[in-house]
Amino acid sequence: MKQFITFVKKEFYHVLRDRRTLLILFGMPVAQILIFGFALTNEVKNAKIVVVDHAKDEASRHITERIAASQYFDIQEGLMDRDRMEAAFKEGQIKLAIVFPRNFRNDLLHQNHAQIQVVADASDPNNATTLTNYVSSIIQDYQMGLNENATLPYQIVPQIRMLYNPQLKGAPNFVPGVMALVLMLVSVMMTAISIVKEKETGTMEILLVSPFKPVWVILSKAVPYLFLSLINVLSILLMSVFVLQLPVMGSWLLLFAESTLFIITCLTLGIFISIKTQSQQVAMLISLMGMLLPTMMFSGFMFPIENMPVPLQIISNIVPAKWFYIIVKSIMIKGVGFEGIWKETLILCGITLFFFVVSLRSFKIRLE
Amino acid sequence: MNPQEPVIKTEKLTKRFGDFIAVNEITFEVYKGEIFGFLGANGAGKTTAMRMLCGLSTPSAGHATIAGFDIYRQTEQIKRNIGYMSQKFSLYEDLTVLENIRFFGGIYGLGDRQLKSKSQELIERLGLQAEAKKLVGELPLGWKQKLAFSVSVLHEPSIVFLDEPTGGVDPVTRRQFWALIYEAASNGITVFVTTHYMDEAEYCNRISIMVDGSIEALGTPKQLKSQMNETSMDGVFYQLARGAKRGE
Repeated sequence: MKQFITFVKKEFYHVLRDRRTLLILFGMPVAQILIFGFALTNEVKNAKIVVVDHAKDEASRHITERIAASQYFDIQEGLMDRDRMEAAFKEGQIKLAIVFPRNFRNDLLHQNHAQIQVVADASDPNNATTLTNYVSSIIQDYQMGLNENATLPYQIVPQIRMLYNPQLKGAPNFVPGVMALVLMLVSVMMTAISIVKEKETGTMEILLVSPFKPVWVILSKAVPYLFLSLINVLSILLMSVFVLQLPVMGSWLLLFAESTLFIITCLTLGIFISIKTQSQQVAMLISLMGMLLPTMMFSGFMFPIENMPVPLQIISNIVPAKWFYIIVKSIMIKGVGFEGIWKETLILCGITLFFFVVSLRSFKIRLE
Repeated sequence: MNPQEPVIKTEKLTKRFGDFIAVNEITFEVYKGEIFGFLGANGAGKTTAMRMLCGLSTPSAGHATIAGFDIYRQTEQIKRNIGYMSQKFSLYEDLTVLENIRFFGGIYGLGDRQLKSKSQELIERLGLQAEAKKLVGELPLGWKQKLAFSVSVLHEPSIVFLDEPTGGVDPVTRRQFWALIYEAASNGITVFVTTHYMDEAEYCNRISIMVDGSIEALGTPKQLKSQMNETSMDGVFYQLARGAKRGE
């Protein structure tokens, strides 16, 4: 045990003396939260739009007022006809146009059916989707208001509720994603590199010749990174609560327990890579290509998994980050307890166990 | 030197990798306090043989005991009783001199008090008082090598294995390094050393020369020279290694 502590102490020296490692360790979570939180947001604010109102009645005015009041849109003044609208789109002056037909209110009240044309600049599809979503939710809002006063409520209005994220904020999605990414990077890459580094410099041989058991060498390498990763979890959560104003709805304890599990998954992956590789560069490349890329692609954090072709959906199931992402989202945003995420937890445990056994088997106690 | 007391004893020790026989039935003894030179061209099987003796690699056939322990069954005890220094520089460059000493002493299970007195003593012996708190990476290579050697015998092993310890070191530092080796030997530590430098071979009590996985010559430098009718170890080595089929 004393030997173990000696070893862990040495690992901390390594980490704390390497400025670059430290910068990655503690700078990255902060940078990622700030970048995703404020720069890479898919929220659209003050998008320039025009309203072409051929109806000029009470209903169209109400809707226009609501749109103008929202912070998402910035209505450009001035009458527009079709031709000028098209030109404005081409020049990129406007992102969206709303066209009210003649007799809009009449149609709505008498035929219970009215149309509004919403034209969006879909050269940026994400942006266009977001904007049209905003518009339709505002229109629905108005419709619902109408129905409340209607004496004959036979009008069927599709009711869409934006669960958990009524303002369609981006933060709830990316905080769990950033957590998965950062933990992957720290636990997989750093652990793999630090073990392979000892192989490269020849100190691993010295350690293997010593009476200190090889399995302990590996374990004591993992301990400092477990500790550092937990600090990262804490810093990400604190940033999300205090900087992004996104509170943790569920239990902090459960969140930390699940994070610890995911970190252990990552550590076994890192150890697995370090056993299979001989140089730091290769270890880094495999960690980046083999771990980080799938995490970005298949965790559901950047691209929705449901929209992927079936084979890719199947592949996504073996990406541990996907399950962790679901778990964190459930706890943080929906406030779900363990009963809601035990399945995902079990899958993560399974993946961890698998790589642990594989690593142990391929780890040669005697250097051949 | 007591020829009655072998600390390394091998009998037909063999290592095969598939069809390739890296080490072929080597049999020799090394005695307590001896400096034993283990010579051979590149690819002759020196490193493989040494790894088997250190417990890093399991032999394919044959027997060996190290410090009285069996090479197959008692690797743990062997590890406790040997020191090892590899050809790659093997201390941590981002740790200070003192931290390196404490770490390696620590994983060999030395107690706090023992570690303190021993590291103090070692630093004084090497004259590193001013550098004790400096990072090892800042030291010149020669000092690093001397430090690495001293660290490898810190836990007072009965045998220390040195794998080309003086590679890339200037002649003056090499002499100083050998002074350390002699000192360790006079304290009863058996030194098992591989080298490419023939002048270093002359410093050894006995040497063996491996060619193509087998030991082709074994004896004191003087014996070998008269056997082969050569005036220098260079000549002896050249005569033997010329017949080698393997190599780079």
